[in-house]
Amino acid sequence: MGPFMSPFNNLLCMLLGISFTVWFTLLLVFIIVPAIFGLSFGIRRLYMKTLLKVFEWATVRMERGAKEKKHLLYKPYSLNSIIAKEPTSLEEELKEIRRNCSSRELDEFEMSDTFYFCRRGIESIVDDEVTKCFTAEELESWNLLTRSNNNFNHISTRLTVLWGLGVVIRYGFLLPLRHLLYVHMSVCVCRMKNFLSEKVHLMCYRICVRALTAIITYHHSENKPKNGGICVANHTSPIDVIILASDGCYAMVGQIHGGLMGLIQRSMVKACPHIWFERSEVKDRHLVAKRLSNHVKDKSKLPILIFPEGTCINNTSVMMFKKGSFEIGSTVYPVAIKYDPRFGEAFWNSSKFGMVNYLLRMMSSWAIVCSVWYLPPMSRQEGEDAMQFANRVKAAIARQGGLVDLLWDGGLKRGKVKDTFKEEQQKLYSKILVGTQEVRSRS
Amino acid sequence: MGSTNSTLLKIPNVEVLMQETGFSPAHIIRLHDRFKALDKEGRGHLCPQDFGAIKELAMNPIGDRIIGAFFSPGKEMVDFHTFVKILAHFRPVDKDRPKEPNSPELINSRSNKLKFAFQLYDQDKDGKISRDELLKVLRAMLGMQVTEEQLESIADRTIQEADLDRDDAISFEEFRKSLEKVNIDHKMSIRFLR
Repeated sequence: MGPFMSPFNNLLCMLLGISFTVWFTLLLVFIIVPAIFGLSFGIRRLYMKTLLKVFEWATVRMERGAKEKKHLLYKPYSLNSIIAKEPTSLEEELKEIRRNCSSRELDEFEMSDTFYFCRRGIESIVDDEVTKCFTAEELESWNLLTRSNNNFNHISTRLTVLWGLGVVIRYGFLLPLRHLLYVHMSVCVCRMKNFLSEKVHLMCYRICVRALTAIITYHHSENKPKNGGICVANHTSPIDVIILASDGCYAMVGQIHGGLMGLIQRSMVKACPHIWFERSEVKDRHLVAKRLSNHVKDKSKLPILIFPEGTCINNTSVMMFKKGSFEIGSTVYPVAIKYDPRFGEAFWNSSKFGMVNYLLRMMSSWAIVCSVWYLPPMSRQEGEDAMQFANRVKAAIARQGGLVDLLWDGGLKRGKVKDTFKEEQQKLYSKILVGTQEVRSRS
Repeated sequence: MGSTNSTLLKIPNVEVLMQETGFSPAHIIRLHDRFKALDKEGRGHLCPQDFGAIKELAMNPIGDRIIGAFFSPGKEMVDFHTFVKILAHFRPVDKDRPKEPNSPELINSRSNKLKFAFQLYDQDKDGKISRDELLKVLRAMLGMQVTEEQLESIADRTIQEADLDRDDAISFEEFRKSLEKVNIDHKMSIRFLR
């Protein structure tokens, strides 16, 4: 056994050594060098096209399989509504109810008035806008990831084989590759942090982008944010930062986090003038506004990147923009970011997954495909207050990205509904009921 | 997308549920998805806090009463069957379903819809809406926008008109009578798609 093992061992070592060298060279040539110079070979786009063809085949196969077994396939509830909500207002409804009942005017209470509120309440139990914003978007067809699996139990052998192959590729090839690149990048950053200039920053972010296999399409680059301005974008995940920062340099604003995020934040601030706040300081809005406006006045400083929603939303809609960044008075450069969920769900559901879990899922998805639109700069107009300006910018971003424009506050993810909303409903109803009584005298 | 058969199999007694409520398999599945989305901790049942987390419901003046309608007295949990049965009250009336003489009354009959609305008023479940209970509902719907006197005069007038046997409370029959001209089917129904 002894003499037999030795040459075999040697052969094995040699093979491993060669494959490692080949692997490394490929890595360098195809990924790191183009990242440094901002070039692209188009390999990722080819990969994306191939994946799409595979998904289409999988969908056809599933539909055929389901038909053969006489199962029905259904669309998940988050895509289509279960119910059709009546768009009538309180006043119209009350008038309608009473029209049949009596010839009385609208200003007297009827016991059937509760029907409106009751129905609205039940409708919101069955289907409401806000809960849908904070759960990951469900796909129309399956993209061969277990995490987006909705009871596709063994519809066909070929599909299962394909899924198995996908698992092997994603966890055996893509994940280690991306992890390796990420580690490389962190090492580079640590060593060069004293000499980081804009160019090197861009390079690091570009390597990061390739580390995640992010395929990004930038539109209207002529509208890219300039120094002394504020860039606002809709927020879906921490990766938004990487996507925007790999195409331009920004100063970032945000809350200091603990853990992995905190480490990244602290290492970034040593190179660039980012503005990180302590949680207690965030509550002091004047301080925040002052620091921001000081930064903006200095034309040599980088544009500030802000996510006015304040939290991650699931990329199907845009929630209320906090008006703080719109009060400062500088030019606002809106940016719309839209992810393609077929290749991997980019939404970070922070109440469900921590940062490390999220990164793992990102690195083991097929790819991260998104489109970034740079919209023309906007400024506050005469007679417009900060909230109206914020809503105007939000509408522009929603329109460009094909997202639903909602008035709800992103803070609802964790906080309770303010009592003011209930009061509004009460005010509306009482106005109808009692408001007109002051004009008429009671008989 | 998902496969109906495999999802339906996971729900126990689903045939009975469909029979009693009249929901189609597709509706049951959608409601099951919704139930799971509301049950964030995956316990298999809902508690009042899960309902309270629905923002639009928290805004509703009688939101708490609607939530209360799902929980029978003393119980703090709602399982999927009860959830669907209560929602079945809001199915539109099936006009073309033949009325079998000995079958139990449908959950979404006019009478049952009225009973549901009645219990929103009658919180102590004694079968009558007392003046006090009426005042509480009025207060919930109008908030701080009206004075106590205005509320009391509205309550007095309402009881005066509806209370036929002069016991200073509105029984279910009196409630039904005062609403006989209202199109209950339309106002207490939700349009379920597909």
